[in-house]
Amino acid sequence: MQDLQSLETEITAKLAVATSVGDVENIRIAELGKKGRVSLLMRELGKMTPEEKNEFGPKLNQLKNTLNAAVINRKNTLEEETLNIKLQSEGVDISLSAGSGDNGSIHPITQVLDEVTEIFTEMGFSVAEGPEIEEDFYNFTALNIPEEHPARQMHDTFYFPEDDEGNRKVLRTHTSPMQIRTMLEGEPPYRIIAPGRTYRNDSDATHTPMFHQVEALVIDKNIHMGHLKWCIEEFCKKFYERDDIKIRFRPSYFPFTEPSAEVDIGCSFKDGEILIGEGDDWLEIMGCGMVNERVLENVNLDPKEYQGFAFGLGLDRAAMLKWGIPDLREFFTSDLRWLKHYGFQALDIPSLSTRNSSIKRGK
Amino acid sequence: MKFTLSWLKTYLDTDVDLFTISETLTAIGLEVEEVIDPTEGLKPFVIAKIEKTEQHPNADKLRVCTVNNGNEIIQVVCGAPNAKAGLIGAFAPSGCTIPTNGLKLKPSNIRGVDSNGMMCSERELGLGDDHDGIIVLPSDAPIGASFADYANLNDPTIEIAITPNHQDALGVYGIARDLAAAGIGTLIKPDISKISGNFKSPITINIEDKNACPVFAGRYIRGVKNGPSPEWMQRRLISLGMKPISALVDITNFMTHDYGRPLHVFDADNITGNLKVRLSKSGEKLLALDEKEYVFDDQVCVISDNKAINSIGGVMGGAGSGTYDETKNVFLECAWFDPIRTAMTGRKLGIESDARYRFERGVDPSTVLDGIEIATRLILDMCGGQPSEVEVSGKVPVISKTIIMRPERVKELGGINISKAEVIDILKRLGFKVTDNDKTLEVTSPSWRCDIDREPDLVEEVLRIYGYNKIVGEPLPASSRDIVAGLSPMQKRIRMAKRRAAVCGLREVITWSFISSSQAMLFADPKPELILDNPVSSDLNAMRPNLLPNLITAAGRNSDRGIKSVALFEAGNQFYSDKIDGQNFVIAGIRRGQKNERHWQKNSEDINVYDAKADAISILNAIGVKADNAQVVAEAPAWYHPGRSGVIRLGPKNIMAYFGEIHPNILKKLDVKGPLVGFEIMLGNIPLPRSKVGNSRGPLKSSDFQSVERDFAFVVSKDLAAEQLVKVISSVDKKLIDSVNVFDVYEGAGIDDGKKSIAVNVRLQPFNKTMTDDEIEEFRQDVISIVIKKTGGTLR
Repeated sequence: MQDLQSLETEITAKLAVATSVGDVENIRIAELGKKGRVSLLMRELGKMTPEEKNEFGPKLNQLKNTLNAAVINRKNTLEEETLNIKLQSEGVDISLSAGSGDNGSIHPITQVLDEVTEIFTEMGFSVAEGPEIEEDFYNFTALNIPEEHPARQMHDTFYFPEDDEGNRKVLRTHTSPMQIRTMLEGEPPYRIIAPGRTYRNDSDATHTPMFHQVEALVIDKNIHMGHLKWCIEEFCKKFYERDDIKIRFRPSYFPFTEPSAEVDIGCSFKDGEILIGEGDDWLEIMGCGMVNERVLENVNLDPKEYQGFAFGLGLDRAAMLKWGIPDLREFFTSDLRWLKHYGFQALDIPSLSTRNSSIKRGK
Repeated sequence: MKFTLSWLKTYLDTDVDLFTISETLTAIGLEVEEVIDPTEGLKPFVIAKIEKTEQHPNADKLRVCTVNNGNEIIQVVCGAPNAKAGLIGAFAPSGCTIPTNGLKLKPSNIRGVDSNGMMCSERELGLGDDHDGIIVLPSDAPIGASFADYANLNDPTIEIAITPNHQDALGVYGIARDLAAAGIGTLIKPDISKISGNFKSPITINIEDKNACPVFAGRYIRGVKNGPSPEWMQRRLISLGMKPISALVDITNFMTHDYGRPLHVFDADNITGNLKVRLSKSGEKLLALDEKEYVFDDQVCVISDNKAINSIGGVMGGAGSGTYDETKNVFLECAWFDPIRTAMTGRKLGIESDARYRFERGVDPSTVLDGIEIATRLILDMCGGQPSEVEVSGKVPVISKTIIMRPERVKELGGINISKAEVIDILKRLGFKVTDNDKTLEVTSPSWRCDIDREPDLVEEVLRIYGYNKIVGEPLPASSRDIVAGLSPMQKRIRMAKRRAAVCGLREVITWSFISSSQAMLFADPKPELILDNPVSSDLNAMRPNLLPNLITAAGRNSDRGIKSVALFEAGNQFYSDKIDGQNFVIAGIRRGQKNERHWQKNSEDINVYDAKADAISILNAIGVKADNAQVVAEAPAWYHPGRSGVIRLGPKNIMAYFGEIHPNILKKLDVKGPLVGFEIMLGNIPLPRSKVGNSRGPLKSSDFQSVERDFAFVVSKDLAAEQLVKVISSVDKKLIDSVNVFDVYEGAGIDDGKKSIAVNVRLQPFNKTMTDDEIEEFRQDVISIVIKKTGGTLR
């Protein structure tokens, strides 16, 4: 069937040069439509002898299928080309700004507080609270700091006017009054941290009249300085995200603890920067000790039954050390440039799973 | 407390090096703050000899010296008048820095002659004021040796911090005593033997108040000759930063820092009659040594003669009671003053002195009788004279305490196992008397340790000498009772609120809790109990009644720096009274400027009240408040724009939040330009959700039937709150209506004056079956008729 072959060649060639989906459709109608050439040939089949049908029928069917496929194929190609041209024409300047979106941030003090809270709550502590305007009893007397004690002067206390009974309230000079409130209000044992704003009348390059502390208190029947040291070591490892932190206890004095210690952390001072966990220098980071028997008695606990430790550290200073923030005063100036640089993402919520730590190989 | 190494070694016989001394001091609780090696800057300076000098060819006053530094011959141009051949002095080579003026020496050419290094004067090396010529050393000074070593300057200064309980270490002797107990040397005791007097003191002492001053020892010394103190004493005082004055003055200062024993030397010829120790009378005055006049109440311990007050006991002497160059006869006072009274007096009068510092912490009472002998000896050595017998009035108080100690408490409190024998040994080394009663120890504190109060103090003493570094960390034991850990619901809420505010695009700030009272008055009536007596400055004197003023002024400061769009928040206390319930936790925020930075796709719009409302609602939603259930009413406080502000509340009494544009008058008074909006959320006012068992959220109720949406536009009175219209429509069928949203509000052409058009979209969600067209139409008619009935509006 010489002419079937040439018919296929002819129609295929026509499809190949068709430039639109409409042209292809016209070709399909003209060749494969009801009155198309291929359809007319199909009609011829009826007039043929069975032998001719057997020979010519399959060939004609194949021609029809081939051409139908060629039509679809050509249509797809042309549609693809058309779409590509359209997409090309729709291009935009992707270098243009998409808009910066919202840029909120969390203050480093909140971040450091959330980190500290995360570490201690995981160790079984809860978080205590208390007023910032405090009574002399909670801030001083109950903490074994009597009126004439030299330690009172070291506190640079902010005072309010005398009330009718001659009492003067103070802005709490430390977070320790929250220990007293906790012990007076609840039943032992206690495991708390007490963070918050604290105030001292002092303002220079390294002091601000308002700053932040966090206090920890553990009172139970069998707590000793070994537990205290472990607690501080654990905290420092987790907070500074290093397992090789060195801690040093030095004897010191606080009216509310006995024995008392100051805690130094191993560090190095390089080019004005402090690197925690490296080098042979020491940096004081907190004060601590076993709660003074007189304090326990002031909150109606029997020192023969209960004992425990307390420690306190400056949150502002901890933030400065951890993140290398140079100037304390800038914490409180609300300067947007500072907030952008030192602030934290809203969703950067501290958790123990996201901090650096390692598990030592078993021995 | 400062001292030099050589000074310490007058009381401590030791072979250990400076590093060990310094580490030991810190380890026993005498924290070393600084060790200054004065030879550090003098290291390059060597002893050198001028071999010959020649006149400088081009300068009359200069000489060209040939200097031998023991190593090489160097040419130095020198202008000193005493530079001559054969002189041995201190030579500074090129490359070194002159310590007193920071000048770095370089090889130079002075008027055509090369010069390398210089011969130094005393002043250039910080050794004195002499600058008339270069230092001249004896002819046997070793050429080429270190000048600092030769001149005995190799004496480091150690500065330690003294905690209030360590009054025993406020003298070099006490520090040596503690170091000896720590085992790094042997204590060398001073000569306290009694000097016999040749006569009875013509001045007697009468103590009127034995509590204020239990004991007073005095001694008259006749015929002294005051003058400069010897060089060794001057050097020690200079190392403390004190200026030597005269032997008699220097001895008192020296005794204070050396033996921890403040005492006073009166010019006896200025004492009229005898001395009396008594309490002051109200209104009495004294011109003190610091040349200030102090007026007393009736509680100050004073020492007076028959005519007038001479000094404030234990605090400061009077201006007329001191000694002078021409002083001939002195009366030496060595007393013990009550620590509490001394502290109160010092604080009341505002006097800081070395004597007060020691007496208020508790001076060793045994130094009353020892100290007077040591001081007498120094006076006789330096000034000569004839001592009287010691006149003692009163009785030396005993401050030692006897405490029963259970040795196992060292382990129980300190966490270190230390044997009883070792506990006893350490206590004895520290000067405690210990009687071993088998199960317990009877421990008596030495006279110099007034801080020892109870058993834990003894535990600390043992631990600090044994070594705090030997305490080993031990994990916390299980709690002896179940206790609650973690954050309270309110604490979680605060954390969530802050994080949400930051997600909203607000930056957290922390500002002072005190503001100026004039700013405070913009937000609350003044409360005297919230005004600080001693503010850090007068514009930070009032506890803030509101967080907004600091946020507003912070926005102002930032916009002054050119940052026009500012969005800030703070979470903290507002103060309404000085009572515990008057300190309320609030989260507040402000936005100033434009909604967004200028952007090619968006218009820059000024922020408005709805931005503040959105912030408040977002935060309320984040902390679990169903803001839909809350009322929003236009009743915000006076610091907001009266027409563009609102209150979000659960009822008239239960206010959760305010929001709105800040009143222009407030902005004017705070000197900040708008537009500026703000919000305040009173976290404490918001009820916590009822606690329920478990964390289950309950099943999700959703419908598989098709939802339907219909839009309406009503023309209503301009005064009608859109929220009111929404509520009216919602009331048609609470079950069926899924949501009612206002999507357009229009006033202007086509709408009558005093009216507005509100367009709403109502979404229906059937749960039983799909709604028919008739049912939907019926619902539509219900909505229209109820809106007409309840609001007087019409369908547009």
